[in-house]
Amino acid sequence: MSIFIDNSTKLLVQGITGRDGSFHAKQMLEYGTNVVAGVTPGKGGQMFEGKVPVFDTVADAVKATGANTSVIYVPPMYAADAMMEAAAAGVALIVCITEGVPVLDMTRVYPFVKEHGARLIGPNCPGLITPGASKVGIIPGRICTPGPVGVVSRSGTLTYEVVYQLTRAGIGQSTCVGIGGDPINGTNFIDCLAAFEADPQTKAVAMMGEIGGTDEQEAAEFVRTKMKKPVVGFIAGQTAPPGRRMGHAGAIISGSSGTAAEKIAAFEAAGMGVAKRPLDFVELLKARV
Amino acid sequence: MNLHEYQAKELLRAIGVPIPPGDIATTPDEAEAIATRLGTAVMVKAQVHAGGRGKAGGVKYCPTPAVAREKAQAILGMDIKGLTVEKVLVTTAADIASEAYVGIIVDRARKAPVFMVSAAGGIDIEEVAATTPEKIMYEAVDTRYGLLPFQAMQMGFFLYKDVKLARQAAAIMTQLYDAFMEAGCSLAEINPLVVTPTNELIAVDGKMVIDDNELDRKPSIAALRDESSEAPSEVDARNANLTFIKLDGNVGCCVNGAGLAMATMDLVKYYGGEPANFLDIGGSSNPEKVVNALRIITADPNVKAILFNIFGGITRTDDVANGIVTATKQSPLKVPIVIRLTGTNEEIAVKILQENGFSASSDMDEAVQRAVALAKGGAA
Repeated sequence: MSIFIDNSTKLLVQGITGRDGSFHAKQMLEYGTNVVAGVTPGKGGQMFEGKVPVFDTVADAVKATGANTSVIYVPPMYAADAMMEAAAAGVALIVCITEGVPVLDMTRVYPFVKEHGARLIGPNCPGLITPGASKVGIIPGRICTPGPVGVVSRSGTLTYEVVYQLTRAGIGQSTCVGIGGDPINGTNFIDCLAAFEADPQTKAVAMMGEIGGTDEQEAAEFVRTKMKKPVVGFIAGQTAPPGRRMGHAGAIISGSSGTAAEKIAAFEAAGMGVAKRPLDFVELLKARV
Repeated sequence: MNLHEYQAKELLRAIGVPIPPGDIATTPDEAEAIATRLGTAVMVKAQVHAGGRGKAGGVKYCPTPAVAREKAQAILGMDIKGLTVEKVLVTTAADIASEAYVGIIVDRARKAPVFMVSAAGGIDIEEVAATTPEKIMYEAVDTRYGLLPFQAMQMGFFLYKDVKLARQAAAIMTQLYDAFMEAGCSLAEINPLVVTPTNELIAVDGKMVIDDNELDRKPSIAALRDESSEAPSEVDARNANLTFIKLDGNVGCCVNGAGLAMATMDLVKYYGGEPANFLDIGGSSNPEKVVNALRIITADPNVKAILFNIFGGITRTDDVANGIVTATKQSPLKVPIVIRLTGTNEEIAVKILQENGFSASSDMDEAVQRAVALAKGGAA
C-alpha cells in the first residue's frame, strides 16, 4: 500500500516534448511508472521514445488512454492553464513540478481544481514516489527503498537528503510526497498526514517543513488530535532573517509570524519527535517503527 | 520586489486614487524647487526599502521651501537600517481629520487576496491585529470574480458611517484591488487613508510588494526595480540567476535547492558556526553558475571558509566539480573550501576534484563541522 500513487497509476505528461518533460518522462519510464500519454499542443500523433503516444490536448489523451494522473512540466506562465486543463479533463491527481507560477494565478487554479474534484500537488514541487511501484515527478528513484515511513516535505533536495540517510540506515519509505515551496499549493501537510494515517503500510511519518505561513502549526494540531501514528518533524530556516524570501516563494517570515521557533514549539506541544538536523530523523524514526 | 512609495503612488494615481501632488528630488535644490512649485507646506520623505522611516528621522514636515531644502539636505545620504537614502519624495502635507488603514495581502490559508481594513490607521497594522483584532475587518476576494461592489461597500461602511465617505472608500478599494492585480502584487496598502477637514479621502502613503514570479510577464513593473537600493552582491546574484541573501557570519554556503540551503545554514549554526549567506544554485546546474556563485561568495570579506553542499538529483555533481575547478583556476581561493557532494555522477565529480587537488566528502554533517572549524581558524 501507499498514498496517492501505486501500480494502478496511469500517467500522462504535460509538456512531454520539452527539455525537462522529456528528460523526466524517460526517467519515470525507466523507473517502471506506467506512462500512458504525453501532451504537447501541435505535436499530437507523434510517439515519444517509440512507445508513448503524444496528444494535442489533455482531453484527447484522457479519452484515448484512461490516464488518471498528470504531471506538468510547462513554463511558469502556462502552468495555471495546464493545471486547469487537466482538472477539466477529469484527471484525478495533478502534479505540477513547474517553479515560478505567479501566486495570483494559483488563487484561480485552486478553487477551479477543487470544484472539479481533483487533487493537486504543487506547484514548485519535486512530485512523489512510491518506491518500487511508481514515480511521478523528479525525485531520484535510486535513493528510495520500500518500507514503513511516509515522507512529506515542502522541499526538494532536503527531502532527498533525508530519504537518502533513511535508506542508508535501512529504513524504507511507503510514499514520499513533495508538496512544494509556494505560498498557495494544492495539497498541504494535513492532507498527506491524513492519507498516511489511513495507509496500512505506513507506520510512522517524517515531515519536513520550513519557515513561512502556518501550515506546520496546523499540521501539529492535526497530529495531536487526529493521529495515532508517530510523526517526526524538522523545520528548515532556523537561521533565516525575517522579511526575506529564502529561495522558495513561501519561505518568508512576515513580521513576527512563520518563524522556525514557533513551528518547532508547535511540534513539541503536539508530542511529535523533533529532528534538530536532518540526520536526527534516522534515530528518531528507528525508535518509532 | 519592493516598490518605493513614490512608485506605488504613481501606479495608484494612474488608476484614479486621490494622491497628494508631489515629486522626487535627489538634491536639496530640487526639493526646494518642488516645494516652491507646490506652494503648500510639504512632507519630505526618504525613499528606501525599509520600514520605520519616520522613527529613523527620514520623514519631516516642512512649512516652507527653505525648510524643505534644509530637511532634504539632512535626509539625503542618511543611513536607514543599512540603506543609504538616494531620493526623497516632496509632497503636499495633508490636513488630517482621521486616518484609516486599507491593505490587501495574498493570504496563504484562504488561498486568495484578502482585504484588511481598519479605522485605526496610521500605525502598524500588525500591532492593531495583535492588540485590538476587533478593529480589523477581513474580506477575501475570489479572483475569478474580482472585488464585488457589495464587498467594497461593506468595507466602506465598516470604516465610515457617512455614506458619501463610505462610497468614496469603496471606490478607492476597488482601484487598489485593480492596481494590486494589474501589477501582480503580493501586498498593497494605503496607510493612512486620510479624511481631510473638508470631508475628502486621500491616500497619504502607499506601499506595494510585487510577486517576483510576475516580473517576466510584466516588463513595465520589472523596470521599476531600483538596483541602487539593494546590496550589490544580491543584484549580481540575481543577474546570474542565483538566489543569494547576505548574512553576517563567516561560513560561505553554496547549496542546490532552497530547503537544503536553509538546512545547511542551520547545521552550520548547530555546530557552532555562523553562515555568511543563503545561496541556492537551483536545480539544473551548469559550471558557469558555480563560477558566479564562488565569485559572489568570495567577494564578501567576512567569509573565512567556503562550504559546498550538493545533493545531485537533476543537478549533476560533475557540473559542480567542473565549475569549482574552472573558478579556482581563474582566481585562486584565499580561504579554505570544503566540498560535500553526493548523487548524480558522484564518482566522476570526485575524480575531477581529486585530479585538481581538492578532496570531497559525501557526508553533510562531517563537511559542515570541518567548514565551521576552518572558519574559526582551526585545522581541516
